[in-house]
Amino acid sequence: MRNVDIKMLKQVQHDGPLDRIIIMDFSYTETQDMIRETLSRFLADTYDFDSRNKMISSGSGRDPGIWKALAQDLGMLGASFSEEHGGLGGGHLENALIMEELGKVIAIEPYLQTVVLGGGALKAVGGAIADAVIPEIIGGNVIIAFAYAEPQGRYNLANIRTTAKKDGAGYVLNGHKGVVYAAPWATHLLVTARTGGSGSEANGVSLFLIDANTAGIVRRDYPTVDGFQASEVYFENVAIPGDALLGDEGAGLPLIERIVDEATVAVCAEACGVTAKLHSGTLEYARQRNQFGQPISRFQVLQHRMVDMFMEVEQSKSMTTMATLKLDLPAAERMAAVSACKAKVSRAAKFVGQSAIQTHGGIGITQELAIGHFFKRATMIESQFGSADHHYERFERLTLAD
Amino acid sequence: MQLEFSPEEIAFQKEVRTFIAENYPENLRSVQDEGHDLSKEDFLSWHRILAKKGWIAPAWPVEYGGTGWTATQRFIWSEELAAADCVGTMPFGLSMVGPVIYTFGTPEQKARFLPGILSGDDWWCQGYSEPGAGSDLASLRTKAVRDGDHYVVNGQKTWTTMAQHADWGFFLVRTDSDAKAQEGISFLLIDMKTPGVTVRPIITLGGEHEVNEVWLEDVRVPVENRVYEENKGWTCAKFLLAHERTGIAAVARSKRGVEKIKAIARTEQDGDLPLIANPFFKRKISELEIDLTALEFTELRSLAGEAAGKGPGPESSLLKIKGSEIQQRITELALEAVGHYGAPYFRGFGEGDNEHPIGPDYAHRAAPTYFNTRKTTIYGGSNEIQRNIIAKMVLGI
Repeated sequence: MRNVDIKMLKQVQHDGPLDRIIIMDFSYTETQDMIRETLSRFLADTYDFDSRNKMISSGSGRDPGIWKALAQDLGMLGASFSEEHGGLGGGHLENALIMEELGKVIAIEPYLQTVVLGGGALKAVGGAIADAVIPEIIGGNVIIAFAYAEPQGRYNLANIRTTAKKDGAGYVLNGHKGVVYAAPWATHLLVTARTGGSGSEANGVSLFLIDANTAGIVRRDYPTVDGFQASEVYFENVAIPGDALLGDEGAGLPLIERIVDEATVAVCAEACGVTAKLHSGTLEYARQRNQFGQPISRFQVLQHRMVDMFMEVEQSKSMTTMATLKLDLPAAERMAAVSACKAKVSRAAKFVGQSAIQTHGGIGITQELAIGHFFKRATMIESQFGSADHHYERFERLTLAD
Repeated sequence: MQLEFSPEEIAFQKEVRTFIAENYPENLRSVQDEGHDLSKEDFLSWHRILAKKGWIAPAWPVEYGGTGWTATQRFIWSEELAAADCVGTMPFGLSMVGPVIYTFGTPEQKARFLPGILSGDDWWCQGYSEPGAGSDLASLRTKAVRDGDHYVVNGQKTWTTMAQHADWGFFLVRTDSDAKAQEGISFLLIDMKTPGVTVRPIITLGGEHEVNEVWLEDVRVPVENRVYEENKGWTCAKFLLAHERTGIAAVARSKRGVEKIKAIARTEQDGDLPLIANPFFKRKISELEIDLTALEFTELRSLAGEAAGKGPGPESSLLKIKGSEIQQRITELALEAVGHYGAPYFRGFGEGDNEHPIGPDYAHRAAPTYFNTRKTTIYGGSNEIQRNIIAKMVLGI
């Protein structure tokens, strides 16, 4: 049931009325196969465990050469953009398969933030700003960080205190964004702010793409437990131009929900890569670790645990496929599908990660083996863009009315 | 990969949906709605309608009576049957011995047995498990000794589903006691009316008579009723087990089950609010529904792999494990949802006493169904055996 085996078949699903039949084609195009193979080979050469450790402990916490190579040698950053913008003409599926491959090496590249979130927002709004910035993303010259979370807001995307006050032709930003992944590396910040309204009101939320070096932006940078760099970002009377606004003023929430849904599925795809490696790494370890005079893989209690891990990994792939294919449906259906996916994948990530460590025993809780680092990323994915509880609740709100 | 609309598939769906609506027996519908046990005739009435239409065996090759439908069409068909809450056709002939006969049988065996399976004239049962051979099926001891043109069979089978109605049974018997466990077994077709065959009921927890013991005492079986070679019956058995696991995910039927639970939870009151407003109960429904979606897309991925040229592989064990767990959770939630009215035992009422039903209709079978459905994680290779299969065949440990 590996993805490469899923070729050339159309399957049907429907949920009732005749006009709701959905044909599912599970085949990948040749271009998609090529993207996966190229990326997989490149990462095998560049992203072994020691190289990754070196990047993380270097001054900037990354190797900028990798990003440049992804852009310029492999053309990978253009995979999900249109040909008019200089890309390969792909979309959600390309993002998913790239994220899955990045997950297999727990890459710390800002693909999610730059391409999926930043690129996703630009594709959605189009126009001059998209024409200007997308080619720069594809070329590897732009890194975008998504400044949306606030200390009080938890996973509620509308709970925003950061303000953007109209000031002549532009705006002035004030506020505090928390745990902004990739902010220390970013050339641009994608910022959610209130141009009106208050609390968690849907109205009054706007989205801006701004220069990360604008005066008045104060960062406190730090490493994250899963190997990335992030920042607390403070906006202190930051004057930004009017054309930094993406979409309509005060009506940005649907756009934000959409790109966050796309990003949520992308981290689920990443989780498929991460958990697949947690599983295969555990299997490999159990085969070579001897106790009681035999490999511990011979013990049925461990075999069944590894089978349970396998089933969680496979179901994560199924849910990620499902949600990827539903990202362009109307908002309510898209949200239900994405929440179903994230709820399931979050729990799978927890189960597979914890089981991997338990099966490794003491060595699993050290920094020495890669397995523990996969576990750490899996654990952060659990709550990224909403915990399992958050997504079960959103799914229920959308599908299980009283 | 994509999601798109297909006019041809919509037309096909409309055709089969209309056929079901116009042809499903009214009296069968009312028997189901009132929660009665289904008789042999109840099962056969729908079977015969499908046989007449030529839709009784969609999975069979066309030359033996299949429909020639694509995998997509078969999928639509099973979804529509479940959506309309149709009774299932008995699997023993159509899904089990039929495929064994058209795969391994002689031309004479095909000509003799396949028509009766398709028409429903022959009701089949499966003689596999024995009191001492459950999960370790290959340790079976029922013995067949050659005597001229016959085998003389002695032994005991158990868990033989619907044997009380059966005209024929397919049996695994030991024809070589000296060979290693799996190598001395043969696959015999036995006329259930043969002298020496005795069927005794086993009543299960819900009060149902579904399964039986089958005793075989000096039963004479013509050698021509052996499928495939002597001592090679395990090949047929393995083939059949793989067939039994496909479709065992029962996604379409479980979707219907989840919808029923939602309907019950919207009707049942929990104080001043409907049960579905209870956040704990609601969470159980959403978990169930999401797990079912995961199963559905795993099955679709698996079917896609099959269509790409791979037979049903060992990963179908995953579908069996998750599918059976979900079936159980559905019955568990249904019982939980009906509250007090899970308790009345309708089979315990005297004849005619159930004219004034106690509690809501949907509660009548909640407990018996819950009890009965414990079987799904046990039959077809218990879920623990399925995990052994995945460990060995998929993980290689």
